[in-house]
Amino acid sequence: MTEEIIIAGFGGQGVLSMGKMLAYSGIMQEQEVSWMPSYGPEMRGGTANVTVILSDQRINSPILNSFDTAIILNQQSMDKFEKTVKPGGILLYDTNGITKHPTRKDINIYVVEAAKESALMKSSKTFNMIVLGAYLKIRPIVEIENVIKGIKKSLPERHHHLIPMNVEGINRGLEIVQIINEVA
Amino acid sequence: MGELRLMKGNEAIAEAAIRSGVDAYYGYPITPQSEILEYLMSEEPYKRTGMVVLQAESEIASVNMVYGAGAGGKKAMTTSSSPGISLMQEGLSYIAGAEIPCLIVNVVRGGPGLGTIQPSQSDYFQTTKGGGHGDYRLIALAPASVQEMSDFVKLGFELAFKYRNPVMLQADGVIGQMMEKVELFDQMPRLTDQEIIAKYPWATTGKPKSRERNIITSLDLEALKQEEFNLHLQRKYKEVTENETRYELVNCEDAEYLLVAYGSSARISLKTVQLAREKGLKVGLVRPITLWPFPSKIISELADKVKGMLCVEMSAGQMIEDVILATLGKTKVLHYGRLGGVIPSPDEVLVALETQIIGGK
Repeated sequence: MTEEIIIAGFGGQGVLSMGKMLAYSGIMQEQEVSWMPSYGPEMRGGTANVTVILSDQRINSPILNSFDTAIILNQQSMDKFEKTVKPGGILLYDTNGITKHPTRKDINIYVVEAAKESALMKSSKTFNMIVLGAYLKIRPIVEIENVIKGIKKSLPERHHHLIPMNVEGINRGLEIVQIINEVA
Repeated sequence: MGELRLMKGNEAIAEAAIRSGVDAYYGYPITPQSEILEYLMSEEPYKRTGMVVLQAESEIASVNMVYGAGAGGKKAMTTSSSPGISLMQEGLSYIAGAEIPCLIVNVVRGGPGLGTIQPSQSDYFQTTKGGGHGDYRLIALAPASVQEMSDFVKLGFELAFKYRNPVMLQADGVIGQMMEKVELFDQMPRLTDQEIIAKYPWATTGKPKSRERNIITSLDLEALKQEEFNLHLQRKYKEVTENETRYELVNCEDAEYLLVAYGSSARISLKTVQLAREKGLKVGLVRPITLWPFPSKIISELADKVKGMLCVEMSAGQMIEDVILATLGKTKVLHYGRLGGVIPSPDEVLVALETQIIGGK
């Protein structure tokens, strides 16, 4: 199994930390992982994206231009990454701020209303965890207990009181993901 | 099994430095390697092992502090990125001339000049052909994973002290910024002053009555003596070449075509090998792990068997000169690369291989 994922959105949405938690979850499950962020000027105020790879085998290139899954959290990233999903792959997005919805027919498309849901939960910090939950519903590549272990490892101890909130976000994401288009 | 962590390459270098029992780190921040100094400052190894961590006033100061600490037999290192490494070249030449063991890390970014903060491999010439003056060599290690960022800090110091020679760890922004799983090695103790005196009789550890002064210098005004010293260096470099040349071969047994790449380009090329094999093309990868000494012998042997080689570098073509020297016209050798901080994709490397080497004339 090798899963190649791009997570893309605005800086501050928790794109990089979501990728980090996913990568740590992979380690907890004895997988090989890589996490390659965009860095530099584009990180400072613009779009942020990270390529995460989980695999049973040695990971070759940490940098890719086509993906099994794209998790897209703003319009700029939709414009850039919809076309990079492999045929038969997955595009998961939050409709918040999206003006041009994806049009491809050869990929699986899902929506998670994570921004709306995190506002309802009065906890904007759960946003990325709701997205992560939605992804894990579609692609259960790591077990939830390993995700929780991964969160523990990736958060410094002083933030461990936030773990239940993160878990709540993941659980909510598992519930609210919607199917838009599925290919056979 | 050692402790497993998800770390950036830069963080792995910093943690490996602490665990290697390094006595002193001197550095000056520069993207894309500032996490090394940041990690050290937040880990406070001066409390864990007594290791000194000092932000110097410049890269020139850093490298000369390394010279001083290394002359005393201490394990000392500095890290920087391309423009900062250029500033250090005078110091590196002096360190090589004074035979000081130490570790220099270059997390390469695009140049020339201030260039860009994005990853590049355009410092190969500087690393392997000597950016400073004189007939000297750096032992140059090229990690291609976060695990190797950690392992090569330890290896780098072993080689530095074994041969009394500066070691350059040449990474790039990709390996520095990416996170991967790392198995950390156990904490090694720092040497005590008594252990340093016993192990390194050349070090300037204070003069006892039992011996003459130890003098560390790269200066000798008598030409014949300076020639003799240079011949000694060359004998040492020959020994290093014979004993320490390192490389990795992937799918080379039946390969008709080869990619030659190091560092993050080797990772990208690994994917290209996979894509090519899926298409039924017999492609392999030679990954130099030591850039100097360069694995010329194996590349020469492989040149007898294959129909062509494509050197993949994030540069305008630097390592390819060593590949051409190693193959001596026995097979076609061409370059593919992106410049100025652009990272080539596995697919475009495959297109280059198919059009230039396999389909080309």
